[in-house]
Amino acid sequence: MTHGLAGDPPDPAGRAPGASVVASGATIALTGISKRFGATQALDDISLELRPGEVHGLVGENGAGKSTLVKILAGVYRPDSGSILVDGAPREISDPGTARSLGISVVHQEPRLFPDLSVAENVYLADPPSGRLGSVSWREMRRLSAALFDELDVRIDVTAPARGLSMADQQLVEIAKALSIDARVLVLDEPTASLSAHEVDRLFSIVERTRDRGVVVLFVSHRLDEIFRICDVATVFRDGRSIVTERISELTTADLVRHMVGRSVSLFPKADAHIGETLLEARGLARAGEFRDISFEVHAGEIVGLAGLVGAGRTEIARVLFGITQRTAGEVLLKGEPVRFASPSEALRAGVAYVPEDRHQDGLVLDFSIADNVTLPILPRLFPRLFVRRSTERALAQRYVDQLRVRTTGVDQLASALSGGNQQKVVLAKWLATEPLVLLLDEPTRGVDIGAKVEVHRIISDLASSGLGIVLISSDLPEALAMSDRIIVLHEGRITAEIPRDRATEEAVMFAATGQNPEDGVAEVPPDGR
Amino acid sequence: MSAQGLPGAAPTIDQDGPATSRIGVGRRLAGLMRWEVLLLGILVALILVGTSLSKVFLSGANFANLTSAIGEVAIMALPMTLIIITGEIDLSVESMAGLAGAVLGWLWAAGVPLQIGIPMVLCVGIMGGLLNGLLVSRAALPSLVVTLGTLALFRGLANVVLGPRAISDFPSWFTGFGFGNVPGTSIPWTLAVFAVLAIVFVAVTHRTWLGRWVFATGKNKDASRYSGIRVDRVKLVLFAISGLIAALAGVLLAARFSSARADNGTGLTLTVVTIVVLGGVDINGGKGTIIGVILAAAVLAVLQSALRLSGISSEYQGVAVGLLLIVSVIAPQIARQTRTLLVRAAMGRHSPAGPNAPGEVVGR
Repeated sequence: MTHGLAGDPPDPAGRAPGASVVASGATIALTGISKRFGATQALDDISLELRPGEVHGLVGENGAGKSTLVKILAGVYRPDSGSILVDGAPREISDPGTARSLGISVVHQEPRLFPDLSVAENVYLADPPSGRLGSVSWREMRRLSAALFDELDVRIDVTAPARGLSMADQQLVEIAKALSIDARVLVLDEPTASLSAHEVDRLFSIVERTRDRGVVVLFVSHRLDEIFRICDVATVFRDGRSIVTERISELTTADLVRHMVGRSVSLFPKADAHIGETLLEARGLARAGEFRDISFEVHAGEIVGLAGLVGAGRTEIARVLFGITQRTAGEVLLKGEPVRFASPSEALRAGVAYVPEDRHQDGLVLDFSIADNVTLPILPRLFPRLFVRRSTERALAQRYVDQLRVRTTGVDQLASALSGGNQQKVVLAKWLATEPLVLLLDEPTRGVDIGAKVEVHRIISDLASSGLGIVLISSDLPEALAMSDRIIVLHEGRITAEIPRDRATEEAVMFAATGQNPEDGVAEVPPDGR
Repeated sequence: MSAQGLPGAAPTIDQDGPATSRIGVGRRLAGLMRWEVLLLGILVALILVGTSLSKVFLSGANFANLTSAIGEVAIMALPMTLIIITGEIDLSVESMAGLAGAVLGWLWAAGVPLQIGIPMVLCVGIMGGLLNGLLVSRAALPSLVVTLGTLALFRGLANVVLGPRAISDFPSWFTGFGFGNVPGTSIPWTLAVFAVLAIVFVAVTHRTWLGRWVFATGKNKDASRYSGIRVDRVKLVLFAISGLIAALAGVLLAARFSSARADNGTGLTLTVVTIVVLGGVDINGGKGTIIGVILAAAVLAVLQSALRLSGISSEYQGVAVGLLLIVSVIAPQIARQTRTLLVRAAMGRHSPAGPNAPGEVVGR
């Protein structure tokens, strides 16, 4: 595969005699980039050099300016000042088309595929291979995309519609799409947010092979362990400024965190709590096609982690426990009483709350104020006489906003105006306001920056201490390990291990999550002969 | 549960004062651009034009004429508003009104007194509405198709019940509801019924959490369901209320026409939807006010009256209603955009998507 740019002459004349900057060998050099939105200085005098054969990590909290920089590279935003050199020549990236023709490919955090088009059509949507008479050559398109996926070592049916692909596969299609234009710069914006550990491994081997072909990779991530695994160089952004650029071998996790938040933080403040009575018990729970034989208990003051690869059935179990879908076998006991929730409203009344995985779709009414969101599940209880009192609502919301330290201009602010971390705190506030016995948390820190993540962890820990039973679903293994008193590992809808806190290691969990039979007593299989 | 006493001091809120006050000015300007205010302006302008066209425009007789002509439609627009806010639609209301009138006439002709017939007819309305509601909420069918079906079904049933007959020997106390005023006032009965219903609907929609549920359902069905709102139940109840109110409108129509016929109310659905959309209710759900819809009903009534008084034939009045429907879909969009621009201008040159780009997610 060559690196010829679509819009450039193929001969290297443009590079060889190049100016002094080329001496540094940077494919892309940004100098003094600034960008302002109203009162917010999103980027302030940023300089960055991306060299071929390097994976360059970009870390920072939400709002640090990472996304703005990505969008400038993608041609979505134009900088207010500063210059961009591509192979030493100054360029204006005025629109996404220009970015593409310069060989800059961006894979956004959320896959944006057309569900009714085939995988091949999605990959070659912008620039389909033409056949005779300028028509689209479908056969060529299928051949090219099949070859592309072969090269990525991914098995996928290129003629199948994108609808129904797993999140991970959709992400891979996006990456294939990015590489299909002979990208010279590949920007990956939070590519692992919805991937399980196994899929992350696959992604990383692709990134490494891409890098080895001389492509520059800009890797934007919240997950510091990934930065250390995959990156050669890392740059930390804070408040729109570039704080440090350093070879990864010169950095430690503590360094990165300190640079990101500008202070030292301990990552996971889970406190020991008194483990009380059994609050929730599942016995042989099953839902056809999703999971089976699920038995576990959650006690007061306890955090039970549900670990497993994406698709192992963790969210599906939570949905049954919350009454969104119905079980097909087994039973659920709440404080010893058998229960069956036909709807979330019954679950809420009984004291079960669920913080869903998809904040925007299921967690919040973005177009409602913070106060309206917080009181939404408890309106009938709060106002038994039907009529809503704004002052009561606002006071209640204010209490939780203070308690959870939501950064906001006030409880009348729209939920859509908040950052991801603060939105997640509003979701938590909303469920805490229902005063639950059992709290089901589904990826509570997904897409949340590290400062807010620490706060969310502290909130969860405090909730457990106050006597709630908590079920924590997390694909972030260090988080699951640090926060859980026990970890239940699922593989393809079945429990493969139940590991107590003191014996839980990443290896033990991954072992069970990939469905291997543990032999050395690291993990315990419940003794019911499966 | 007590989750109080989370440790540590709260960090400062990152909000700059001057920007807030500038936004304040923008918001106030934006407030003036509210659709309801525009409607009120249009209403006043139309009344002025009408008065200049004809001396009888402001007379009591014309007022009675004007309100009774729009009365049934305006009544049906109230539940329609809530249904459209949830993101659904009920196209069957005109046929339900026709069916209600037909059943009432048939019962009367069969010797059933109206005091019993009217409650029975209202029950028919609730049942028809429940049919719509069950098909939409339980069978998860699109309401556009379901109520298009029942639009034909209810009209068909009306024809089966009454055939080509017209029942017109109703007692005068009953037809008085259609023509007459509330005793001792110059307020037509239809208007009185509408006024009472309007107050109830304003209160329920904008002052109770039932109304909040309706808006939440329209804005985000999934988040509402996860919040314990019985989204299906909300829709079912709204369709039942719509059926009930449509049947009531059918009774009032029969009284005003002094005649129950199977084709009573034909074509009214278009006007009902026009009023709701003209009232600024977002046809995609989630947004709207009852006040806006009441004002829109008034605008339409005054417009029709002005057209009639200036001798424009009823055919052209139909054209006017059609144009109004189109304009009313486009105009609120323009008003909303103007408002956004004003707010944005007040905040300085603000890009549509900030650094965190929350706006991208909100997009409709």
